[in-house]
Amino acid sequence: MRGVAALPVSRVLRDVWAQRSGRIGMVIVGLHLAVALAAPLIVPQDPAFQDAGAMLQSPSLTHWFGTDRLGRDVFSRTLLGGREAMLIATIATVIAMVWGSTLGILVALIGGRTDAVVMRFVDALMSIPWILLVMLFVAALGSSSAALVPVLGFSYGLSVVYLARAAALDFVARDFVVAAQARGHSRWSIAVTELLPNVRDSLAVQGAMQWSWILLAVSSLSFLGMGVAPPTPDWGQMIADARGIMQRAPWALIWPMLALSSLVIGMNLAVDAWARVTGVERNRRVPGP
Amino acid sequence: MTAPPQLEVENLQVGGEGCLVVDTVSFTLRPGESLGIAGESGSGKSTLLLSLMGLMRQGLRHVGGSVRLNGMPMLGQSDAALAAVRGGKIALIPQNPATALNPSRRIGTQISEALLLHSTLDKAGRDVRVLDLLGRVRLPEPAVAARRFPHELSGGQVQRAAIAMALAGEPDVLLLDEPTTGLDASTQAALLDLLVDLRHRGQVAMVCVSHDLGVLARLCDRIAVLYAGAMIEEGPLPAVLTRPGHPYTRALAASIPRLSATGLPLPIEGRPPSLFDLPPGCRFAPRCAFVQDACRDSRPALTLAGPDRRVACLYPLTTLAPAAVQLDAAAEQGAPLLAVEDLSVGYEQPGKHGKTTRRSVVSAVSFTVARGEVLGLVGESGSGKSTILRAIAGLAAPSSGRIALMRDGQTEVLAARSTGRPLAQLRSIQLIFQNPDASLNPRHRILDLLAQPLHLYEKVPRSDLRAKAAELLAEVRLDAAMLDRMPAQLSGGERQRVAIARAFAAGPDLLLCDEITTALDVSVQAAVLHLIRDLARKHDVAAIFVSHDLAVVRAIADRIAVLHNGKVVETNDARELCARPLESYTRSLIDSILEIPA
Repeated sequence: MRGVAALPVSRVLRDVWAQRSGRIGMVIVGLHLAVALAAPLIVPQDPAFQDAGAMLQSPSLTHWFGTDRLGRDVFSRTLLGGREAMLIATIATVIAMVWGSTLGILVALIGGRTDAVVMRFVDALMSIPWILLVMLFVAALGSSSAALVPVLGFSYGLSVVYLARAAALDFVARDFVVAAQARGHSRWSIAVTELLPNVRDSLAVQGAMQWSWILLAVSSLSFLGMGVAPPTPDWGQMIADARGIMQRAPWALIWPMLALSSLVIGMNLAVDAWARVTGVERNRRVPGP
Repeated sequence: MTAPPQLEVENLQVGGEGCLVVDTVSFTLRPGESLGIAGESGSGKSTLLLSLMGLMRQGLRHVGGSVRLNGMPMLGQSDAALAAVRGGKIALIPQNPATALNPSRRIGTQISEALLLHSTLDKAGRDVRVLDLLGRVRLPEPAVAARRFPHELSGGQVQRAAIAMALAGEPDVLLLDEPTTGLDASTQAALLDLLVDLRHRGQVAMVCVSHDLGVLARLCDRIAVLYAGAMIEEGPLPAVLTRPGHPYTRALAASIPRLSATGLPLPIEGRPPSLFDLPPGCRFAPRCAFVQDACRDSRPALTLAGPDRRVACLYPLTTLAPAAVQLDAAAEQGAPLLAVEDLSVGYEQPGKHGKTTRRSVVSAVSFTVARGEVLGLVGESGSGKSTILRAIAGLAAPSSGRIALMRDGQTEVLAARSTGRPLAQLRSIQLIFQNPDASLNPRHRILDLLAQPLHLYEKVPRSDLRAKAAELLAEVRLDAAMLDRMPAQLSGGERQRVAIARAFAAGPDLLLCDEITTALDVSVQAAVLHLIRDLARKHDVAAIFVSHDLAVVRAIADRIAVLHNGKVVETNDARELCARPLESYTRSLIDSILEIPA
């Protein structure tokens, strides 16, 4: 529960594991991470190699998940297809969490007119569809991970500002914050030493959720051809690619879909269990498209 | 006293996993009798009260013994069997009626509902009874009160409405859980008058739980004292308090501040035992001033010690006079330290048509505090006493007037806001809050909490922090082993000591104490008062001690200022003010104090 000493990480992991949904989630996410890390070492075939003689083959001993319309090995591409998206999601999440929570906690602490002005500005920015923003950037900078990371980090940080502000507001009127003000601590030091330890759990849970949302966003963009650029294999890209041949070669579509959705579901299960353990109320509002 | 007992409790045991919260409690209650149950927090008194109705808190269950109401067993029965009795023959007035009443339904409707359950009256009959009940609890204009929602009544009025609701079933036994907690002294006095009157007229028996012995002395004719779940003394009032039989009762009575006494009340050293790890012998033995070897070996049973008195002690003290309160030499008056001149503080409130109206909380208050002096600020809630402290601390901007600090022969006028004050001024004024749960960040170790002022004001290097913090803890008589604990692992009294240590870490000239003992048990309160007094003397620190309780202020303060509606009505030497009040308001404050007999 909030208000008691923070639980150590090992204890949190143990308590998440103790719940059935948490256990399932942790296994799924753990498997995905292991595969993503080890994929370059274990892929049986070159994911970009186009075998003109083996197009749209059904699963066999050589091609476990079959081949796509260019004769590429779906198994190898599925193993590798999450790496880039996960990397982008991770960096973008860090950016979103850092700037979003810093601003959110500070405006909660400062309050008054500053709070009102900043939050209305955030409101205004949130009303711009993020996908439009991304398209603008991609059109200007070209489709690359370097362009995606800052844009996603910025637009997903907007909802973090809200969450961090709301979490910090629970504490700004508490006596320990008032006591720190009376002692003469600076705002920054109050935000870091008094508020941050108390909102840490909410923010960490939120961060994990952001990660899965951003992952989904990257995949959506790849699907639209604005995300991970070929020849790097990517689930979103693979799904888009196999869309037209769904009836003839369903394997080319099903495997990347399964990979992406299982990762997102696994993350949600784990985070739900985690939120229960730390007593954080999870924000179920999913921003984005 | 020949009537059959209405309520019989025999060897009652209530417990949870691996502990007994209530252990071997026995008493009987005859019609019209009133029993007070006294004890400090964690002594099991509220659990006992609930089990009298056959109710158990979550995680607790009936372990042994029995409770009988008019011969009918109350424990081990189904809820359906008890439904007719609960709220009927036995009724509970909960600790906080504001949360016990449904906020979205009218008072009259709620009482009428209770009547529907426990009487055969029709709608019209019930309406008449509702007005009758509200009249009996002396609510002005019962017809108006019946139409109100709980939030439209004052705290005292809500408490009366809850009593009216409890009376709806014409109970034989009324259970009261801390009936006056949270009420102002004058409201409390009026409510107790009502309860005493109800008891005498209505022949209703009462069991009243309170931490306040003054309340019990006013309301009850017998008292049972609980310590760590066990009943350690039972007997008539006021005899139990004037000639206590158990050392704990004696220590408890001596820890209560009294207007008539000089000097500070006496604390009880140590802390109550954990219910999971009880000493094998007498539970009070580790803290007892009269302990003998035999006390540590076997647990004494409640036995008759003198006429009409049962004491669970191997060596009852019935021959001993109550503890004498120590005399305190008056502090020397130093040079002036703080001058508050014509201070007014108001808050902006949103009014109609987008305009803001100013509500004045403190108006034109002036006083001075001398170096090393303790000034008491006393007043009821809303009198502006906390606001004055906040203004001095720079947390509430005054609308007019000035606050000046005299240090090193210089007079410095303080900026309105703490953000505008130099660090040297900030460190010399330190604030201690009412509730240490709220004033200590729950996510920091005690070491980190004490390190904050050390780092901020003195730039103490990291390597010296632990030694410095341990020194501070020693000053407030806490063990250095606590440095690595979290606030939640400490008791309320220990947490308040940490808060005091943190204030002294700054090396202040003036302490602002805002109701700092209100959330504490009396014996702990006495210890905290001693601590503040000793540390203030030792370090030549002045203090402004704010409280709603004149007896507490009287115990610690050299001078007292009485506040009423944001104005100082009287300032005088503490002894003089209590002995010979000049203003009628001061006199009414003194009269509303429930002195326990000495």
